[in-house]
Amino acid sequence: MANRTDVRRYRGLGPFAALFFLWLYLPILVVIIYSFNENRLVSVWSGFSLKWYAAALQNQNLMNAVKTSLSVAAIATIAATAIALMAALVLVRAKGVKFRRLSETIINLPLILPEIVLSVAVLILFSQIGFSNGFLKLVVAHTTFCTPFAFLPIRARLQGMEMDFEEASADLYAGKWTTFQRVTLPLIAPGVFAGAMLAFVISMDDFITSNMLNSGGATTLPVYIFGLIKQGTTPELNAISTIIILVSLLVAALALFIQSRGGGSMIDD
Amino acid sequence: MKDFRFWGLLPAHVMMALTLIVPILIIVAVSFATRGAYGGFEFSFSTEAYRQILFNEGWTGELEFNPQYLLIIGRTVILAALTTLICMALAFPVAYWITLQGRTARVILLFMVTLPFWVSMIVRVYAWLIILGNEGVIEKALKLTGLVTDIDTLLFNSGAMLVGMVYSYIPLMILPVFASIEKLDPALIEASHDLHGSRAVTLRRVILPLCWPGLAAGAILVFVPCLGAVLEPILLGGGKIMMMGNLIQMQFGGARNWPFGAAIAILLMVLVMVFLLLNGLRATRRAMEEMT
Repeated sequence: MANRTDVRRYRGLGPFAALFFLWLYLPILVVIIYSFNENRLVSVWSGFSLKWYAAALQNQNLMNAVKTSLSVAAIATIAATAIALMAALVLVRAKGVKFRRLSETIINLPLILPEIVLSVAVLILFSQIGFSNGFLKLVVAHTTFCTPFAFLPIRARLQGMEMDFEEASADLYAGKWTTFQRVTLPLIAPGVFAGAMLAFVISMDDFITSNMLNSGGATTLPVYIFGLIKQGTTPELNAISTIIILVSLLVAALALFIQSRGGGSMIDD
Repeated sequence: MKDFRFWGLLPAHVMMALTLIVPILIIVAVSFATRGAYGGFEFSFSTEAYRQILFNEGWTGELEFNPQYLLIIGRTVILAALTTLICMALAFPVAYWITLQGRTARVILLFMVTLPFWVSMIVRVYAWLIILGNEGVIEKALKLTGLVTDIDTLLFNSGAMLVGMVYSYIPLMILPVFASIEKLDPALIEASHDLHGSRAVTLRRVILPLCWPGLAAGAILVFVPCLGAVLEPILLGGGKIMMMGNLIQMQFGGARNWPFGAAIAILLMVLVMVFLLLNGLRATRRAMEEMT
């Protein structure tokens, strides 16, 4: 009865939300279910089979794309996180930094500019300076747009922290580097982890830039999948998608688990 | 610490300058260059690329109005705006409902909202390709009801693109809206009720105005990437119903008119900037922070 008299409640909200979640998860479920379809045609069900998973795992081009994606994401994440960490330390901690606002806006610029514009911009730049290594092109471009994603959680963590521990460490004659390594870094680790994780996911997921810079030997997973989709939908694509979905869900669950223990801000609250 | 102030920011600034600011200046330059004979461009000043957005050059050099590109630009803005409005209409009730749940349920439900967002974009768009495709789930369901017997295809139209974009960006709307509803003081709703405000009046006069900052932040997060959407139009729109993102991409691929592509890219960037300025700097900054 208490629920009915609560003025904050509105009728029909519950069913509406239920339908919404159904709509949110239905597409993912359909992909997963049809990945076990034995038939060559995606939408004609003719029996349960795991053969498309076997086909996917034996697909050498797919494995190469996975390797490219993982390598680009790993290098871009490390570079972006290091750059973002240094910048965040200065912008949050140092006193008397000139043009602080402008600096932050520049670092966050990739967030507000459409990615297609950025990808065209770097494409023209690379072609003008004759930079032709496909893999390195991807690493450079990914590092740029991953940096703000690494920067914001680190900055949030630093802002919520007092200087007390570092001052104590300095009072105890610890050098600056020791203080950073033994005091600051462990304290902001959840923020750094959240930032790195976000950067990694954003890099792995990227299609627009990777497709624009796509060249022989540097095809990432989303670009490879895009190529397959254009050839037509097949159950093998569903199997590949299902594997990606499961890995993503595992990563997301892991992130939530670490966040709930470390208190880093992955989902803004 | 004094020199750290300099070299701590150095890598970030050097990187952004070299891979972002200089390239954007180059696009501006290319948009005023002349199309090269074999693709690419030649450095000789011309406003041809911008003129081409509106006019074709006829046989004798006279200009002829060509609405083809204007149509694509208009479609892009309309679809992005519609996506944003639909996301608002869906996100607000759902976010509101989530705030009414207990603490644990709230955390789980918010996690469930963001979960699909962790799944690769291309996989999410592919899922809709299957659902809306020939003999797909929706088509079968429609045929079962007997109301519709002959369906050509549900794909390759603006509606399919709209569904795909709403699906892709809805979590970016729910999170900031949820944050603003959660900050809402329940006493204000009770006060409105005590003053004989009906539920509808309370919603319109109290709840919605107070949650506006969250809706505005969400609008930025949804509208901006939608303006630059590439995947949804190619896959769900079938490549024939284009948006500005595809048009730009084409000029650097098969069609190969770099100055024209650069001009459209500049136009897209200007559209985004105008939208952000209309929303105000505070909302923009807020949106950026919501993003993580």
